Amino acid sequence: MKKMLLVSELRKNFGAVAAVDGVTFSVSPGEIVGLLGPNGAGKTTTISMILGILEPSGGQILIEDRSRMNFAAVYAPLPGNLTVTENLRIFGLIYGAEDFPKRLAELLKQFDLEKYRNTKAGLLSSGEQTRLGLAKAMLNKPRLLLLDEPTASLDPAVAREIRAEIKDFTGRGQGAVLWTSHNMHEVEEVCDRVLFLSHGKILLEGDPKALPERHGKKTLEDLFVAVAREPLSL
Amino acid sequence: MNIKRLYAVVLRQFYLMRGSLSRVLPLFAWVTVDIVLWGFLTRYLNSVASAGFNFVATLLGAVLLWDFFTRVMQGVTMAFFEDVWSRNFLNFFASPLTIWDYLGGLVASSIATSSIGLAAMILLAGLVFGLSFAAYGAIFAPFLMILFVFGIALGVMATALVLRCGPASEWFVWPIPALIAPFAGVFYPVSVLPRWMQIVARVLPPAYVFESMRAIVTGHSAARWPALAGAGLAAAYLAAGCWIFERTYRYAVRTGLIARYSAESVN
Repeated sequence: MKKMLLVSELRKNFGAVAAVDGVTFSVSPGEIVGLLGPNGAGKTTTISMILGILEPSGGQILIEDRSRMNFAAVYAPLPGNLTVTENLRIFGLIYGAEDFPKRLAELLKQFDLEKYRNTKAGLLSSGEQTRLGLAKAMLNKPRLLLLDEPTASLDPAVAREIRAEIKDFTGRGQGAVLWTSHNMHEVEEVCDRVLFLSHGKILLEGDPKALPERHGKKTLEDLFVAVAREPLSL
Repeated sequence: MNIKRLYAVVLRQFYLMRGSLSRVLPLFAWVTVDIVLWGFLTRYLNSVASAGFNFVATLLGAVLLWDFFTRVMQGVTMAFFEDVWSRNFLNFFASPLTIWDYLGGLVASSIATSSIGLAAMILLAGLVFGLSFAAYGAIFAPFLMILFVFGIALGVMATALVLRCGPASEWFVWPIPALIAPFAGVFYPVSVLPRWMQIVARVLPPAYVFESMRAIVTGHSAARWPALAGAGLAAAYLAAGCWIFERTYRYAVRTGLIARYSAESVN
């Protein structure tokens, strides 16, 4: 099967520090892959390299269609001095969204942003801003979606809706998702496969439902804590 | 360069201006103040100086052209600062937008904003102080173009500086025109400068523009070579500006500065 994303032996050094140290993985069509790890493990560095805003020190990144890649991240809010519609129009042009008026209407409805269409993004709540970021990420009907903690600032009800949207997105065979999150329940619910990253290396990989038992842990959260505290014990 | 993506950068600037008096007003305010101030000064000088020398055409015309150059440069940098202030680099540079689409958008934004300023200045200087460039015909067009290209070049270099040194370095950008003005001979012939300043003036395109302009308004014909030298230098500065910006962007991507721009440095 053709891969949406193929990362091999990816490295990034900041001086003497190896932030990402020989990471290899792939994401297949229709798959949601969770990139997990404690703070500073190298998740965002890996995503930044895939996005092209950080040059790798080594290794290779192959993307099936770079023009059909998009992303949403809590640390990249859309300009707060533009309205929801203005932001989506600008990024619609940049990402080459087809039939923009129709796409805009679809996304405003899908992410419950219709009543905020003329509201400046900076006036939205953090949850609404997250939804706007996700709407932007869907503008070009991406085949590869990178989501860095997409539900971090959402209340449980909205987070559940967003998870359903993303699962629906991959379920329709439209694309693949690389997802980072610190919410292990969410990861278990959403991801088909997870990669545990620690000190820039992938320590574990597999089905989030089967992995804890395989490593003698009760839950994915217990496994996460073990990876974060005692990676060598695994 | 992709026209739709370039248009997106311009459209962003239009949206910001449309709803913001604090962005629209500076397009007119400072140039209006300059024209009024220098207009009355030149009118006074005409009344006390010996007949035959037109201060309105020489000094007010110079102010108008210099303000145009400054507006062009700031048109590029202001559009860039909008992304600095709204922390928008990640969204732009993680998208299909290339740096050439982006720079093209900044330049196109500057064309729009500086044209508004130029129109306001020409109108005010013509209606109130009787300064008419139309009297000199199309001869001024190449000189306007030289100032425009040099303004774009300096604007691009200034954005590279802020990209490299971080948001706080925008302070370096504002005084650039004021630092160049004494060397460029905006208000006086380059020949009155000390030798070392004349050498600096030779590598500044505006110096050729203002020398030629003074020759034209005092009834002499402008030689062709200063215009060619000014145009060649302006084109060289533009090429150098694009090269510097491209190198700075590559540095920012290599070191991770783009991804962590608010930190101002990666050390």
